Amino acid sequence: MTLAEMQFVLPDLRPASAEIFLLAMTCVVMLADLFVKDKKRTLTFVLTQLTLIGTLLVTYATSTGEISYTFSNMYVSDLMADVLKVLLYVTVIVVLWYSRGYVLDRPQMAKGEFYSLTLFATLGMMVMISANHFLTIYIGIELLSLSLYAMVALNRDSVSATEAAMKYFVLGALASGLLLYGMSMIYGATGTLEITAVAERLHMGQANKSILVFGLVFLVSGLAFKLGVVPFHMWIPDVYHGAPTAVTLLIASAPKLAAFAIVIRMLVNGLIVLAQDWQMMLIILSVLSMAVGNFAAIAQTNLKRMLAYSAISHMGFMLLGLVTGVVGADARFALNAYSSAMFYVVTYVLTSAGTFGMILLLARAGFESEEIDDFKGLNKRSPWFAAVMMMMMFSMAGIPFFVGFFAKFSVLQAVVAAGYLWLAIVAVLFSLVGAFYYLRVVKIMYFDAPTDVTPIKAPIDIKLLMSANGLAVALLGVFPQILMSVCAYSIIRSL
Amino acid sequence: MEFKTFVFYFLSAIMVFASLRVVTARNPVHAALFLVLAFFTASGVWLLLQAEFLAISLVLVYVGAVMVLFLFVVMMLDINIDRLREGFWSYLPLGSIIALLMVLEMGVILGGSYFDILEIGVPQTAAGESNVQSIGRLLFTDYVYPFELASVILLVGIVAAVALTLREKRKTKLVSPATQVFVKAKDRVRVLQMPAEKRD
Repeated sequence: MTLAEMQFVLPDLRPASAEIFLLAMTCVVMLADLFVKDKKRTLTFVLTQLTLIGTLLVTYATSTGEISYTFSNMYVSDLMADVLKVLLYVTVIVVLWYSRGYVLDRPQMAKGEFYSLTLFATLGMMVMISANHFLTIYIGIELLSLSLYAMVALNRDSVSATEAAMKYFVLGALASGLLLYGMSMIYGATGTLEITAVAERLHMGQANKSILVFGLVFLVSGLAFKLGVVPFHMWIPDVYHGAPTAVTLLIASAPKLAAFAIVIRMLVNGLIVLAQDWQMMLIILSVLSMAVGNFAAIAQTNLKRMLAYSAISHMGFMLLGLVTGVVGADARFALNAYSSAMFYVVTYVLTSAGTFGMILLLARAGFESEEIDDFKGLNKRSPWFAAVMMMMMFSMAGIPFFVGFFAKFSVLQAVVAAGYLWLAIVAVLFSLVGAFYYLRVVKIMYFDAPTDVTPIKAPIDIKLLMSANGLAVALLGVFPQILMSVCAYSIIRSL
Repeated sequence: MEFKTFVFYFLSAIMVFASLRVVTARNPVHAALFLVLAFFTASGVWLLLQAEFLAISLVLVYVGAVMVLFLFVVMMLDINIDRLREGFWSYLPLGSIIALLMVLEMGVILGGSYFDILEIGVPQTAAGESNVQSIGRLLFTDYVYPFELASVILLVGIVAAVALTLREKRKTKLVSPATQVFVKAKDRVRVLQMPAEKRD
């Protein structure tokens, strides 16, 4: 073929217009920030928020609800991707809003890069959510992780933040290596990296099973690293603890949505034929995570560290939803199982954002408010914030009627329906253990005398946002079917 | 001997010699330069295999960018050679095990037919088309999405590196001639009248 015969067919850019808009606006934000003289970077903050709102509108406008592929099938746009992306934008907007005061009190953090790196991380998560190719998944993960490594280290003068960034970087690189190795094995066995094509070839049964399962082990290990489930959880407590709380809030919320999406894309969309194999692996990871997460959280005195172990146990619980999709080559339960897992992730992100938001709200310049004892007597200092925090803790513990209860309930119901009664019992027992440390925080807030009696001052917008977050946790607990049906519908339309 | 075979052995001999010198040269700058030589000859071998894209990128990326950076680092840092050479004997057992493993692996691959490893021939490109051309076409058509995203990752790398290393603006001693010419002597010199102090 000569040069004249070559044709360049422009790919259909419409499904990916949200990503393109976000990338273009991120560059605009970066350039605009160079001319901002203001120490508070108000312009950068406002532009970033407008960018996210604009991306939300673009996603909404271009959403068709149909499954469409573009960029030579590397990119998929379906309802699940659209729903997860909208939740992602909302989460990032809320995260930046909560972080605003904290960042302003710390001159090292109040740089334009805080915002541009957040936007790049958001782009990475969007790429992960819409990936239909192992290569795209990997590149999305790297884009997200690279931005997060830098953000963890943004507070350069803090030794613990630098240490956390270093650990995160090294372990993240190791996890990427595992993931890539797994992907290369799957490529070797099927001859393609495109997820839908992998699924087709597996259905035809042409692939070498032993290489596939070997690759699957590495793939699941890499995913487990990214999700932070035992035994690949070592980075979570150190990173959550060492990172500036604003960055911890980001790490603990939005990436869970993207991680859920890539698990669905890789394991369910791509490797569903191997479901018996990966479900077994996930059960082991899940039980171990719930055990280690819940028991280790009891011993913590630092709230961020406690929440890190709680995140490990929650991710373990979420995996339960994924392991029950296929029972003995029967996929009847798939819809129920995967939508309950999605519901679980969304509610976890909601509560996790509120809890870390509360730590940010109580923090001041030179005071992190990250020890559990810093919450002593919060009720005397601010009854409303104590009530909101109590709702978050109740929801995380799974006490009725908060949204976390319904999340746990729907996952357990999927597990029982699939016939894993013992697994449901184990999960409930570990949740009971978990209730102890959540309730301890509530006890400290209500029954202990405050060490510091200064009333809490917060700007009105943060108060409103925090109240909205708390009310969402409470109201979704009363009307869980709204969110549940959104999750179920988006999964039906996308599988 | 065919001319091609002669070129191959010629390049290989230089490469083996250069690689040996990389580890045996006493001067780290010489070692780095020998590594450059090894890269050059390796890219020559790749050219013989008709892998011109790999050959060009090896020279551009490794020789042009990585090794220059390496040389800078080697020249900037004051490396104490004697301290580097300490502990040679204690590392020897581990090093030799790794070397042995690598030799074994190479043997398995080179003698693939004896070990029932699938032999894959050299992939052929379409006639009249260089592989630079085919790689370029694939990158900008089928793989344009990951290709562009990879460039975003590089951008993040730059942003992150600047954010993490750039300290506060240095106070530059740059003078503006336009304002400098307006300076008068009384702006620079101040004559103070101080009362004489009494000694105790």
